[in-house]
Amino acid sequence: MEIYIHLPFCVQKCRYCDFLSFPAEEERQRVYIDALLQEIRRTAERTGSCEDGDPVKPVSVFLGGGTPSLLPAEWIGEILEELRSCFPVSADAEITIEANPGTVDTGKLQMYRSAGINRISFGCQSFQEQELKLLGRIHTVREIRESVRLAREAGFDNINMDLMSGLPGQDLKSWEETLHQAVVLEPEHISAYSLIIEEGTPFFTQYGEKDNRCSEFAAKDKAGTEENGFPALPDEETERRMYERTAEILAEAGFRQYEISNYAREGYACRHNLGYWTGIPYFGFGLGASGYLPQSWFSRMQAGNTGSEEKEPLNEESGTAQRWVRYRNTCDFIRYTDGISEYDEVQVLDQKDLQAEFMILGLRLTEGVEDAGFRRRFGCSLDTVYGEILKKYSGMGFLVRKDGRTYLSRKGISVSNTVLADFL
Amino acid sequence: MTDTEQSRIRNFCIIAHIDHGKSTLADRIIERTGLLTDREMQSQVLDNMDLERERGITIKAQACRTVYKAQDGQEYIFNMIDTPGHVDFNYEVSRSLAACDGAILVVDAAQGVEAQTLANVYLALDHDLEVFPVINKIDLPSADPERVINEIEDVIGLEAEDAPRISAKTGENIEQVLETIAHKIPAPEGDPKAPLKALIFDSVYDPYKGVIVSIRLKEGTVRRGDRIRMMATGAEEDVVEVGYFGAGQFIPCEKLEAGMVGYITASIKNVASTQVGDTVTLAGRPAEEPLPGYKKVQSMVYCGLYPADSAKYPDLRDALEKLQLNDASLFYEPETSAALGFGFRCGFLGLLHLEIIQERLEREYNLDLVTTAPGVVYKVHKTDGSVIELTNPSNLPDPAEIDYMEEPLVSAEIMVTTEFVGSIMQLCEERRGEYQGMEYMEQTRAVLRYYLPLNEIIYDFFDALKSRSRGYASLDYELLGYRQSDLVRLDILVNHEQVDALSFIVFSGSAYERGRKMCEKLKQEIPRQLFDIPIQAAVGSKIIARETVKALRKDVLAKCYGGDITRKKKLLEKQKEGKKRMRQVGSVEIPQKAFMSVLKLDEN
Repeated sequence: MEIYIHLPFCVQKCRYCDFLSFPAEEERQRVYIDALLQEIRRTAERTGSCEDGDPVKPVSVFLGGGTPSLLPAEWIGEILEELRSCFPVSADAEITIEANPGTVDTGKLQMYRSAGINRISFGCQSFQEQELKLLGRIHTVREIRESVRLAREAGFDNINMDLMSGLPGQDLKSWEETLHQAVVLEPEHISAYSLIIEEGTPFFTQYGEKDNRCSEFAAKDKAGTEENGFPALPDEETERRMYERTAEILAEAGFRQYEISNYAREGYACRHNLGYWTGIPYFGFGLGASGYLPQSWFSRMQAGNTGSEEKEPLNEESGTAQRWVRYRNTCDFIRYTDGISEYDEVQVLDQKDLQAEFMILGLRLTEGVEDAGFRRRFGCSLDTVYGEILKKYSGMGFLVRKDGRTYLSRKGISVSNTVLADFL
Repeated sequence: MTDTEQSRIRNFCIIAHIDHGKSTLADRIIERTGLLTDREMQSQVLDNMDLERERGITIKAQACRTVYKAQDGQEYIFNMIDTPGHVDFNYEVSRSLAACDGAILVVDAAQGVEAQTLANVYLALDHDLEVFPVINKIDLPSADPERVINEIEDVIGLEAEDAPRISAKTGENIEQVLETIAHKIPAPEGDPKAPLKALIFDSVYDPYKGVIVSIRLKEGTVRRGDRIRMMATGAEEDVVEVGYFGAGQFIPCEKLEAGMVGYITASIKNVASTQVGDTVTLAGRPAEEPLPGYKKVQSMVYCGLYPADSAKYPDLRDALEKLQLNDASLFYEPETSAALGFGFRCGFLGLLHLEIIQERLEREYNLDLVTTAPGVVYKVHKTDGSVIELTNPSNLPDPAEIDYMEEPLVSAEIMVTTEFVGSIMQLCEERRGEYQGMEYMEQTRAVLRYYLPLNEIIYDFFDALKSRSRGYASLDYELLGYRQSDLVRLDILVNHEQVDALSFIVFSGSAYERGRKMCEKLKQEIPRQLFDIPIQAAVGSKIIARETVKALRKDVLAKCYGGDITRKKKLLEKQKEGKKRMRQVGSVEIPQKAFMSVLKLDEN
């Protein structure tokens, strides 16, 4: 069991960001925290124990945003206190907070530590001032170094740095430079993403959809040339090189790639995120937060819920395999802070959906999926369900099947969408 | 008016360049003659197919009868016969015109005389119709009726000084048009007591009445219960109902007499037995000679139509059956393709006809279609002396068995302003045209006459003609016959596998150029996949052009955490949906539109 907590506040929206986040004054922030605490209590009352009566035991907690580090540190303490009083949070649980460089000081960091937070994730993105500015980030390169140093001093021995490649105006050299600078600070974990131009962001207006499937003529229209003074996006080939160089540079520095965009020193892979890719259930608390639960838990969470749009309780089917539910909390701030629990999306997953997710999420990991794990979970072999696809792509060298595991080859990772889509 | 006096019948049509306001004027005439109440008055009553209204063109000829009380106190019967405006439908147009005694020519007061204005006028004059111009859209700020009147007099040579200046949109001066029709269009002639001679100018299928045949009576009388004979097909039927056309309605009456326009129904199940252009006569008292002008409608252009989803094959068959009832010029027979599965080889009057049928199938019958490159009918003379009519390139016999091949040739007339004569002649030369002569209509306008192979004009000839004459040239053509020609089959190989649906027959001298363009176009249409895909054009075993679709190098979802999963899954699903809409040929997925887009090789 894992817990995600969404803290949607930020200083200002970054130009590429499509997360549910926004600036707000402290009073509204407090109203939100109270609603959050209420949601945690309410959920625990309804689903505090599993079917067999054992308590639900969280093994990881992730405080994401927005910029959680903007909030007064005492409030973070309050949230974790509430969690512990409601759920028997495992003593060795991984507890992560997201922070923006420049928004933490020694006092805050020490308070995080004493609240039990043992992992901090900095949204660094780049070590080029110009790139930071273009992204709309609020921090400077100097502040990155300062914040990481302060975190170390406060006793954090598990630090992540988020970095972004494929930025407007970025070339291979500036990306390598960013990686080198990051490595110098010796974080335990690096998440290196290539920029996605999301709809509804200022970047989308500027750059349009960077459609990977378009022909090379069309792709060139969008990449490579400067337009209206905005630097251009790197072309596909440059981006691919950036991705290759990321793995090489980080490997030299002692990081192992364990997922499409994630690299860690031995023993520091992010447990919480691994949970997402291996089908561990999680609660999502907070505005617009997503969760993933067995259907029976979800039904209990909904029980007695008058404000729900789901009029009929979801049927529990006996005899057949357990269904699971992916849900998303309401994104309506007013309704959320009024203490109304409702969901924007509720998706019931049957056996076939779960098998597809097992593959498309599991194959994001460099170690891929364990063939026996599939059988354990679904009672049938991987090959009876996906034999043809597996044969096709391993024949083409995009999938590797070795030692009872199935994973994407280096070449396969680069074009993983095409491969993964076939499992749906 | 109970007794219909021939002298007060006016059979006419409205002709115009596209968008000059033909349909709007038709609406006003129907409105002003008081046939319809406002509530019944839907915009553009005559165009009753959705597609016609959207495209703003009239596909099927239709007729409408109204009664007009003129200023002299007399009542006149107006039979307004609508005509399609495109050269593909020339045959239908000329049948419609043959049912009229006069024509109202609508000319836009701002745009003046245009290509189809001329083409339509000459077509009308060919049928001995009196043509009366009307200047429309005088409400436009850019309207310049004086200039347009001069143009009509200079360019067409029609008297236009007294032409009504109207706005069909606002209704201004519509009475003048009505008076023109009443007093200037000649009354029909013909003896009601003579043996029946009625021209079929349209036939449609109605689920309640069966086949409804639109006729113009030239001689004689037809009554309910008469036994009639179609003079060309020889089919005989009993008349179940005779009547005339309201707007979108059929109004039964006792009899139709010489000079009248109306319809008959005769429990006819088979549309093929009522060919447009045929003459209806009485079985018991037949006319000696049919009316002139009947010719069997022949498909000029063939292509394969396949359901995008192969499970929809029976639906496509049903849809084609129904469409054929409504459109006798549509031909189809089943065929199979290695790339596309089960489908139909279909014959059309021309490329626009093809596009319209395709759109109607997609819109009215909810079918997703894949269309193969259109071709014409070739005659293949084999060494054993037999002759094959080839409509599907895949059926071309082995070259060793072929003695020689023939292709259809048309006689084309292109009307163009003199400044573009040079570039149009160049175009015709490029398309293997044989110059037959040129005549000056007046100082600024000429008619070019060429013999052209039909397969050179079915692809993009209209577009090329338009772009090289700034939209001013117009084309008319008719089939001349067959001519021996050096033809080859051009095959397309995708990832070394031949795609039968992309093969076509081409003049050997054009094969290289065509092959190169095909490869370029396909390169743009086929999305990059996980490996390099060679696209080759070949004649026989010889590769004449090649392009490569480079392998996809990067296609990754960078982030996928708890909150992203549902959304990212949707993205992948979309990607998969996209794949589904493609045709698997060997290991390559080819989008359906690639099969169609190769028709438009000369774009850009």
